[in-house]
Amino acid sequence: MTRTIAAHTGKATSLMAVPMLDERKKSISCGGGSGHSIACGKESTAGAMSQRACVFCGARVVLNPITDAFHIIHGPIGCSSYTWDIRGSLTSGNDLFRHSFCTDMNDMDVVFGGEKKLARAIDQAVSTHHPKVIFVYATCIAGVIGDDVESVCKAAEQRHQIRCIPVQAPGFSGHKAQGYRLAGDAIMALIGTRPFPRAKAHGINILGDFNLAGEQWIVKNYLKSLGIDVVTGITGDSNCAELMQAPQAQLNVVQCAGSMIALARRMEADLNIPYIKVSFYGIEDTSTSLVHIAQALGNPDIVDRTKRFCQFQINQLKPIVKRYKSQLSGKKAAIFVGGGFKAISLIKQFRELGIQTVMVGTQTGSAEDYDVIRSLVHDDCVVLDDATATELEKFMTERGADILVGGVKERPLAYKLGVAFCDHNHERKHPLAGYVGVRNFAEEINASINSPVWAYV
Amino acid sequence: MLDATPRDSVMERKGLVSNPCKTCQPVGAIYAALGVHGVMPHSHGSQGCVAFHRMFLTRHFKEPAMASTSAFTEGASVFGGGANLKTAVKNIFDIYNPEVIAVHTTCLSETIGDDLHSFISALELPKGKRVIYCNTPSYVGSHVTGFSSMAAGFVNHLAEKSNETTGKLFVIPGFVNPGDMREMKLYLDAFDIDYTMMPDTTDVMDAPMTGNFELFPKGGTPLAEVKRLGDAAHTIALGEWASEPCANALKRKHDVNFDVLGLPIGLAGTDAYVMALSKFSAKPVPREIDNLRGRLVDSMLDVHQYLSAKRVAIAGDPDTVLGLLQFVLECGMIPAYVGTGTPGGNFEAKVDTILEKYGVAQDDCWRKSETDYFELHQRIIQNPVDLLLGPSLWKQIAKAEDIPLVRCGFPILDRYIHPLIPIVGYSGALHLLQMIADTLMDRQDALCEDQDLEFVM
Repeated sequence: MTRTIAAHTGKATSLMAVPMLDERKKSISCGGGSGHSIACGKESTAGAMSQRACVFCGARVVLNPITDAFHIIHGPIGCSSYTWDIRGSLTSGNDLFRHSFCTDMNDMDVVFGGEKKLARAIDQAVSTHHPKVIFVYATCIAGVIGDDVESVCKAAEQRHQIRCIPVQAPGFSGHKAQGYRLAGDAIMALIGTRPFPRAKAHGINILGDFNLAGEQWIVKNYLKSLGIDVVTGITGDSNCAELMQAPQAQLNVVQCAGSMIALARRMEADLNIPYIKVSFYGIEDTSTSLVHIAQALGNPDIVDRTKRFCQFQINQLKPIVKRYKSQLSGKKAAIFVGGGFKAISLIKQFRELGIQTVMVGTQTGSAEDYDVIRSLVHDDCVVLDDATATELEKFMTERGADILVGGVKERPLAYKLGVAFCDHNHERKHPLAGYVGVRNFAEEINASINSPVWAYV
Repeated sequence: MLDATPRDSVMERKGLVSNPCKTCQPVGAIYAALGVHGVMPHSHGSQGCVAFHRMFLTRHFKEPAMASTSAFTEGASVFGGGANLKTAVKNIFDIYNPEVIAVHTTCLSETIGDDLHSFISALELPKGKRVIYCNTPSYVGSHVTGFSSMAAGFVNHLAEKSNETTGKLFVIPGFVNPGDMREMKLYLDAFDIDYTMMPDTTDVMDAPMTGNFELFPKGGTPLAEVKRLGDAAHTIALGEWASEPCANALKRKHDVNFDVLGLPIGLAGTDAYVMALSKFSAKPVPREIDNLRGRLVDSMLDVHQYLSAKRVAIAGDPDTVLGLLQFVLECGMIPAYVGTGTPGGNFEAKVDTILEKYGVAQDDCWRKSETDYFELHQRIIQNPVDLLLGPSLWKQIAKAEDIPLVRCGFPILDRYIHPLIPIVGYSGALHLLQMIADTLMDRQDALCEDQDLEFVM
């Protein structure tokens, strides 16, 4: 029989002091092998203050970084305005994706249908902006009022001879992870399913990096110096032409597995491209990932070169990490991020700095992710899926966290509790990936935990 | 930046909003509900909506924004959201235990025809607890009308009338920051007026640091005062768009008379507010307020030559924009473009009335409601301005055209402290004046020849 968290941590009274929904208890466990496994991937509970966004948001954040695509939201204005330039993805070329385009459905459209308005919007987009591809996101009510978005898109493709891909993403049709799958389907619709002849296979695709703060450029530079070509990022700093080349890659490397594993599997099945999971956060995972990529490509010279490169970078970082470790050792961290892979890397990264993780949550982690997380953390560490604001508060306070790593909604919550904060989401201040990211991360963690302001709280 | 904006001429557009100057009603409804103490704002729709709204409010206020959701599923969107609301209400009272749940609708629940009145009537509520609602379909109005609908919702559902008047003045502050509300209260206190302000987000969205997180911070209009609004002596509604519907609701329900004023922005705007308070209290203007005014006029004279005939573009919410328009005219600046995304309310005619008052020809000022930043950008390219005034959504245009931006209004997503510093009242005008003058003079210093750089200006 599985032991309850309360019995396991010996904090029965405090844990149960604040009422918690029974449904939520299944999604909260603790580290080590003895807690129960985590219920995840479910719809949020009605009435709970979920920190998690919807299907549309999932699709939009994955596709948004395609720099020369035209993203039209077919729905009321909110869906569009909340996702205007939302990601902090950097571009080396076109900036069309940084606009917010919307059909701005009004009450008349709801009564009489929005198909004509959508068709006009597409025509307008083509005549003004000449995009190579248009993604049309149908949000909550487009489908409910019976708009046939697929037909409108198909007709537009014929009319304009460009790709016009519908993304049917009503918010109620699941949660954010469902949107990731829809985005993957849209990418497959764009790049086609004809396998590239394997003999010509060359280079890799980087899946699930969105070039936040230019992180993909850092990784690409590493790979370039090792002699590994990158065909395209999916979707960080990508464009339509590069994406169309994706089928010729020899290997897919998947960073944010939560958002991209479904696409990687489809590309393996349909295009015969194998994949490996990677993470470029922290010394350990960055090094392991680079070596794994080299090994997967099968060139012993490159493997050797990669190992030497990593060792060189690690040696460079050692004194820096040591310096920060002296200032951070013994502190406690709480983690609440989108996907499982990042949580896993962060636990290791904190360990490198002498910081113990006392709470880990994700919005869309998978059962496997949670198994890995629970094997990495201490027995007292709380592990939870789709946490609510009050749960975050409760466990951070109980476990005495000194810093929280999270996204925009969590920042002021942490500050209110007197807990330091690092944004590892869309609002990160500088790149946190690769070896340079290790340095930035340590600097930021230190700046927040050891800020003189805490003395006045 | 914004390479896709046509530079040759202003393009006619049909059916495509680009870079919106508004967002949807529910976010305003949540902001208004946060301004009553002990209330849980609740979004009756998909879970993504509330995640976006909380993120958006947090990005502006840099504070936690608490709200719950009915978390619609496929089933709810087919069979109606009654069951979801029932579960949500039970869960919310069980876990978060607010005094009142303030439900607002979304595009989804409105489109499928959820009848909140009958849903709520059928609920069994814990003793003394209330569930109120307002209708805020996202395909009508904007965040500003959402705010006014929720404010009116409180009056419609909670305000009662006894035989005994409170003699109080009911002040509806409009869609402004807590810093602005604080400033408005200073004037009420200076006249020694007994008042109820609702909504009141002071000490909610600008709560001081205590090391604790309060789900229901100490601020917000006390519910007991909301309930007695029917006994108020008079209402002052500041801002036609954001406040008049609430004043109207109280007039209809309990026959409380009201005056609608513009937001007290700038000299004349604040004068009108001060005179209204003087009239209500039957007291002369206190000397300290007179002195504030005098210092503002003195400062406007000091800097007038640096502001004179500078061309300004103003965008944002209609009440705020009209206030800012009047202030820049008072400073001798030229409002070249005036726009809002919020529909309705005869915005253009109101702009024209103000222009006429200051003797500015209509041809010298392009004004439009239901515009977007894509259109404003094209206009500005054709005939540039010296300054942009409004939310941080101007930012891309400011960068693309190299025009300085003074941030004010909602939302300001990329700077801190703005929600705490007023732009209303004489001190708020002084603050605006300083920001505008500093910005223009910094610019002059940065761009002038070395020989022209002056120590004394």
